[in-house]
Amino acid sequence: MANTSLLKLEDDDNIAAASKRLGMSRREFLQFCATMSATLGLPQGAEAAMATAVAAKKRPSVIWLHFQECTGCTESLLRAEHPTLEKLILDVISLDYHETLFAAAGHQAEDARKKAMAENKGKYVLVVEGAIPTRDGGIYCKVGGKTAIELTKECAADAAAVIAIGSCASWGGMPSTDPNPTGASGVAPVLGKPVVTIPGCPPNPYNFLSAVVHFLTFGALPAVDHLGRPKFAYSRLVHENCERRAHFDAGRFAMEFGDEGHRKGYCLYKLGCKGPETYANCPTILFGDAGGGTWPVGCGHPCIGCTEQGVGFAKPIHMVAKMKNIEPPLGYPRIVEEKGTGATLGAAAVLAAVAGLAAGAGTIVARNLGLSHRAEELERLEQTGKNPAPATTSGEKAGV
Amino acid sequence: MAHSQHLAAPVGGRLLNNATLVAGVLIAIMAAVLLARFIFGLGAVTHLNDGYPFGIWIVVDVVIGSAFACGGFSVAMLVYIFNRGEYHPLVRPALLASLFGYTLAGISVIIDLGRYVNFWHIYWPGYANINSVMFEVAVCITAYVAVMWIEFAPVFLEKFGLHDIRKKLDKALFVVVALGTLLPMMHQSSIGTLLVVMGTQVNPLWQTQMLPLIYLLTAISMGYGVVLFESCVAASGYRRKIETHLLDPMAKVMLGVLAAYLVVRFGDLLVRGALGEAFKPTFVALSFWVENFCFAAPFLLIGNAAARRNPAKLFLAGVAIMFGGVFLRLNGFLIGYDTGPGWNYFPSAPELLVTIGMFSIEVLGYIVITRTFPVLPREEAYIKAHA
Repeated sequence: MANTSLLKLEDDDNIAAASKRLGMSRREFLQFCATMSATLGLPQGAEAAMATAVAAKKRPSVIWLHFQECTGCTESLLRAEHPTLEKLILDVISLDYHETLFAAAGHQAEDARKKAMAENKGKYVLVVEGAIPTRDGGIYCKVGGKTAIELTKECAADAAAVIAIGSCASWGGMPSTDPNPTGASGVAPVLGKPVVTIPGCPPNPYNFLSAVVHFLTFGALPAVDHLGRPKFAYSRLVHENCERRAHFDAGRFAMEFGDEGHRKGYCLYKLGCKGPETYANCPTILFGDAGGGTWPVGCGHPCIGCTEQGVGFAKPIHMVAKMKNIEPPLGYPRIVEEKGTGATLGAAAVLAAVAGLAAGAGTIVARNLGLSHRAEELERLEQTGKNPAPATTSGEKAGV
Repeated sequence: MAHSQHLAAPVGGRLLNNATLVAGVLIAIMAAVLLARFIFGLGAVTHLNDGYPFGIWIVVDVVIGSAFACGGFSVAMLVYIFNRGEYHPLVRPALLASLFGYTLAGISVIIDLGRYVNFWHIYWPGYANINSVMFEVAVCITAYVAVMWIEFAPVFLEKFGLHDIRKKLDKALFVVVALGTLLPMMHQSSIGTLLVVMGTQVNPLWQTQMLPLIYLLTAISMGYGVVLFESCVAASGYRRKIETHLLDPMAKVMLGVLAAYLVVRFGDLLVRGALGEAFKPTFVALSFWVENFCFAAPFLLIGNAAARRNPAKLFLAGVAIMFGGVFLRLNGFLIGYDTGPGWNYFPSAPELLVTIGMFSIEVLGYIVITRTFPVLPREEAYIKAHA
């Protein structure tokens, strides 16, 4: 890891050879390595180390096991939006055993697995895709006459690292949904030791690739949390970096599919979005590398929490998420606020009645005061003996 | 109030009569509307909306109500600050009206709050935003209500013969009186500042940095106007002699404040170049001229000394200045206030009935207290002294 400058790699023969092999321009290849390094949250200089490692190091042997699953994880790797991604994956690793991609079949395939394991003993990476059935001795999933439990234990024994890809391998996923007839389980409980998990249904291929490249470059898998998830990808809630977060904070929610708020791109929390209780980096690198803006929330569908045990495939899609950071208030403004009504007949009548009464009462008070004032003035004049004219003070005084 | 043995006495008489009966009915109607408001919420009763969050419960009951209630402060200022003891007989009745005005303004705020149970947040350390104009107004008005009840306490102490406490209170009363002058000056000007915060939503005729001064000056002159009004109505209603010898010079003071106000008001309009707005053919411009006609009317009505001896003219001048203040506040907060296209506000009938009920409480309270407690000057003493 001596070289820490991408610029110095511009004329490197290995880099040129690697980019030619991948069908990329040299610049694209270096950019790709820089992006991956940034995704992993690694310091400056790591991108050069990664480029060097990808270009020069011997590719790690990978044994890829399939159990109870839909092959969606593999499909998402192979059908990535970036045309070079699957090439890069297949270039970075030496995929020595993969049931979906094998041309071989039967004993021929099983022999290849045993050969690869023997040749790369203690150095290969075991990737498990799919849940492992544990009920009734694990008889519900067998490959070549061996149960999934046996195969996993056998392959894991001499592996340098074990990666559980997808939610099924990570914590049981969809096959483990109640009532879980096969006793589907993640890899870690079967092996009895923690493994690196990359949950998601399917997970973003970048997360897998980044973990593998990290292994390739630094000889170890990236730092993980208590559930074995790489911290670079799963340390933040979907909610935290969501592009609709501002709508959540402002209290602007889509209340049902197709309503005005939904069409305007408001927050999907009230439609059951599980973003607030799901740890994944979908908002930043999007879901499944399916192209810009096409992650579920971007398309207007609530997150179903596929990476999160107890949320994905467990909570109904329309069930409102349990907030993990901030609780929203109960009341919110409506999407379309009433702008107020003008004067109603009743209100105008009340106002007119008050105005009339006030004017009338004011006039009477003023007249009474005027009359008594005149009477007083006359009285004063009378006392000074000038004008004895009679004065009336009999105005209708309000009987307060 | 050490020198204040000015011989006040209860008016006496029956408490149940036509006026109290009508007020009672109006208060009952208000209670019914408020019951609906507290069960079904503000939206069910009022026409308030996001564009007009201040309805008449705030603008009339609080902003205008508290300005009407400046009589106590205006007269107290005259008596205690400018040391014009001769006006003392006017203090108690004016203070009574203020007491009701402010107490009801405080209650109106709580009624108008959507989440009224959280009203205490505005005072509570941690919740309170000490940089807010609203905070200043709220704290000041609350403090002033408390101060006024203490200021008015001698009336109740006299009635119930608690002379020891009365004497003790007298010694400390000067502090309370000083606060009672300071606090209204603070919040009456801050009520104007509330509008400054609303920026260009307020028509240029009423949007100026001078608003605090404008609101303070009109509140003081309205205070004197209310005293004129209240003295004349009390005299007319209770068939008493009118204190013309006091009201005449006080009206002169009022005209002085009013003249100062008009100079500030039109000077500001001219300097800002906003007067052109007043000559546009709009309802808002008409409302501006009605407002200023009301402020100018007292000069026509009681401009000369002979006219000031006529209680009818004093009464009308008082009414005119009150209406001037009413229109100034209505224009700033509602009529000349424009949130943007489409927004609209006119109070609903139930909203109006609550405001009417609030003023009915003031009338009823005034009648009951002046008939039962020593508030108004004693008639015989008055006659003896001035025969």
